[in-house]
Parts: sequence; structure tokens; C-alpha cells
Amino acid sequence: MTVNQQHPIYMDNNATTPCDPRVVEAMLPFFTQEFGNAASRSHAYGWTAEQAVEKARDQIGALIGASGKEIVWTSGATESNNLAIKGAALFYKDKGNHVITATTEHKAVLDTCKRLEKEGFEVTYLPVGTDGRVEPARLKAAMTDKTVLVSIMAANNEIGVINPIQDLGAIVKERGAIFHIDAVQAVGKIPFDVNACQADLVSVSAHKMYGPKGVGALYVRRKPRIRLVPIIDGGGHERGMRSGTLNVPAIVGFGKAAELCQELMPTEAPRSFALRERLRKGIEARVSDTRINGSLEHRLPGNLNISFAYIEGEAMLMALKDVAVSSGSACTSASLEPSYVLRALGVEEEMAHTSIRFGLGRFNTEEEVDQVIELVAGKVAKLRAMSPLYEMVQAGIDLKSIAWTAH
Amino acid sequence: MAYSEKVLDHYENPRNVGSLDAADPHVGTGLVGAPACGDVMKLQLKISDDGVIEDAKFKTFGCGSAIASSSLATEWVKGMTVDQAMGIKNTQIVEELNLPPVKIHCSVLAEDAIKGAIADYKKKQEARKGQ
Repeated sequence: MTVNQQHPIYMDNNATTPCDPRVVEAMLPFFTQEFGNAASRSHAYGWTAEQAVEKARDQIGALIGASGKEIVWTSGATESNNLAIKGAALFYKDKGNHVITATTEHKAVLDTCKRLEKEGFEVTYLPVGTDGRVEPARLKAAMTDKTVLVSIMAANNEIGVINPIQDLGAIVKERGAIFHIDAVQAVGKIPFDVNACQADLVSVSAHKMYGPKGVGALYVRRKPRIRLVPIIDGGGHERGMRSGTLNVPAIVGFGKAAELCQELMPTEAPRSFALRERLRKGIEARVSDTRINGSLEHRLPGNLNISFAYIEGEAMLMALKDVAVSSGSACTSASLEPSYVLRALGVEEEMAHTSIRFGLGRFNTEEEVDQVIELVAGKVAKLRAMSPLYEMVQAGIDLKSIAWTAH
Repeated sequence: MAYSEKVLDHYENPRNVGSLDAADPHVGTGLVGAPACGDVMKLQLKISDDGVIEDAKFKTFGCGSAIASSSLATEWVKGMTVDQAMGIKNTQIVEELNLPPVKIHCSVLAEDAIKGAIADYKKKQEARKGQ
């Protein structure tokens, strides 16, 4: 990819990834020749579709150390999270009404938990450390006899920070609660095994791992069997947990994407890491007053969330119009609050407003990273020349000594 | 988010970026907003003894719309009398830059910055008279 108006350099792989061409190739026959309904039992069209769907189940299972029989197809990770959390909480509500999650979870988890609160559940939102991780001791202290479900993400979508899910899983299981992991950002990028972390439910999404949008999966443990109240009722597909005709082409693509991730991970993860480090070191060598948000050590290989002090994030995004990245600044959203994830880490609001997220992936190159370093250094200089805050700091004024007029 | 062409123009080619000598009795400085809110504007006006704005400079920490609003404000006030500048309304800035509803606060800040700079100038002038 080269820098031009139509195709900025794509470095937002935590938001979504392009489909791998091999994924698209695998999907294509299932739109036309092999268009059967996987639930049709009476003819070859149906049998072929079902076979393809079962193969994809095994491909997803293999990537996360599960059996294909434990995979339930959904429309994406938001649905997987809803089904896991509502489904388990409602099914097991006689065992307890307490749910635990963390403040840095994705909205699909947080808002689902808020819905449960309205229905009489009590939810504990665990704070995270300044490194962005959920501390096992905090989880242990929050567990009660009423705790029926714990939902913690494997890796964060904004800051890429990886939680100690094995330690967390051990605590959940010690107390006999159900453990749900939103593993959308982790699966396909780093090794993930449902047994190693004692997960009962795991949400996965295709479009974060070079598969198509609109398809996801929920791993539902069979031994011991985890049961769920379905959200979508109908024909009883997916063992009654998720009715609806299967999106066969997307499922086939998801399976292929999982297979590729598993095959490529030994080379892809170090490669993403090397690109990320090249970007980080390149920026840090050229730009002063930056800060990495969240643990650098426990972080997805391709993620860099960095604050450029004295420059508002959206202005930076505009300056970096030849690069597709995102910002934790409030101005990129309808609300005026900066990223709740960064705030949860204790990042001051003024720094949260200056954060930029880079997500490097399979199709990024060293040349792109070098171009981006160059662009960032130039644009930071330009914007700081325009920044009253930078001017004040250069003049030795402590910004905290000013009586700002909040608005 | 898509920006209007006028916002993009002011953002790409901001008018009157810079600083005036804040100690100069003819210079009024307006500093509005807060880093925690993601917007800080510094707008400075150099005002002649007969009340005409001879020069205007700004520096802004904020999004593209905030930068464009302050850039536009400096462009407008140059050559105006203090009374004329006091009459600039944020809605005029919204209209000129086609700011969407979520960016209206940027125009409010620009209006406040103009008023803040003029207030600072008047305070300095009164202090001089008092001496």
C-alpha cells in the first residue's frame, strides 16, 4: 500500500482487519454453486453446506484448543457477549445473582451487564491497575457465594493489554462460578487455549482475524456442560442456543481465517511485534513528551496506544489523514468524555485526549511503519507549534497551576 | 467524521498562528477552555488607542473544528473596533464553518476567547489610567 488520498496506510487492525484473499477464495463457492441451507437434510445442497460448516467449527475449535462441537455460530462478538452473559446469568440465576466484570471491558460486555442490573442482578465492575490489567487478588476479593458469572476480556481493544486470564480462571473455578472471556482481540494473534484458562464461554469474532464481518462464535464448554438461555428463539439451530439460518459463506471464511491464523501465528506474532517496536522506538526517538498507555510488557504484539502531550487526538487524526488510526479523544465521538478505558487506567483527562491507537497487522510493512514515523514526527511538530499548552510548558509554566475554565 | 471544506482549509492553512507580547499594554490575551476538556484556546489582540484591533494571533489545543474556529475568529476581528468584535456571536462561526452540533462548543470557545482578550485589554487600560 502507498500513501494517497484514496487508500491511507491502514493501521487500525484492532478495529477491523481486511479479509485475507485466501479467506475470500474459500468463501466464494458458497455464494453460488454451494448455496445450500446447512439445515436442509433432504438433499446434497444442504449436506455440502453442513459439511462446510462443521469443518469451520473444527477450524475454530483447533485454534482455541476446543472441540468443534463446542462452537456456536453468532452474528459477531457483540451477540456472542450478549448470549454468553445474559444466557448464563439467566440460566443459573437460582445459583446466585452476582456478576463480576471489569471497567475496561468492551461496551458489548458492560452494557449487557447493565441490562442484567436492571433485571435484578448485582454487578461488580473491577477496577484495573495503572498497567490496565485486572489483578487476580481483586477478583478473589470480589467473589462471593452469590457470584454466578465472571466476564473478563483476554486482551483490551483500545490498549491491547493482556489480562492474566489463567490466574483469573483458577480463581473463578475455585469458587465454582462460570468464566466468560471476551477473547476477540486475542484469538488469532496470541496463543489461546480454553482449557489452560479454564474458560466456560469464549467470544470470538471473524473480522478481527482477517475473516469477514457479520460472523462470530461463542465457545460453550461441554464438559462440564454449560447451559444458556437463548436470546434468539426459532428453529432450534445451534443446539437450541442460537436459532437462525447459518451464514454459510461467512462461516466458511471464518474457519479459513482461523486456520490461517493458527498456521501463521509462529511467524506472524513476532513479525507484528517487530513492526510495533519499530514504530514505537521510531516515534520515541523523534518525538518528545509521549507516553504509552497501559502495560508494554503484557500487550498484543501489534498494538501501540500512545499519547502525544499537548496535541488533541482528533487534530492529530486530521493531520494523519494518510494513515488510518483511531483516537481515545472525546472529539472523535458524540460524547465529550475521553476514552473510559484510558480513564480507568488513571490516565489524566488531558493525556487521554491526546491518545492515538495504532494497530499493526498481517499486511503492514516496514516501509509503511517508516513512513508513518516520518509523518507523525512532522505533524506533531506542526501541531505543537500551534499548541498554547506546549508554549506554556516550554516557558516553564506548570499547567496544573492555571485556573482553567472547564466547559 | 467528515469536515466541511472551510474547516479543512483553516485547519490546513491556519491564519494568524502565533503569539503577541502578553506584557504589552496594547495586547489583550484570552485563554479559555481546559486541557481536561480537550480544548484550550489562546487568542491575543493588539488594540490601538482608538480601539481598533490591529493584529490578532491564536494558539489552540483542540480538534480541527476548534483550530478552525479560532483561526476564523482572528481573521474576522482584524480591523474591527473593539465594539464590533464584542458583537461576534458563536452562531456566526457555526454558520460560516458548517459546524455540526457536537462541535458547537468550539465556536462558543472562540467567542469566549475574543471576549476574554478584550476584557484583559480593558483591564490593562484601566490599570494604566489608575496609575
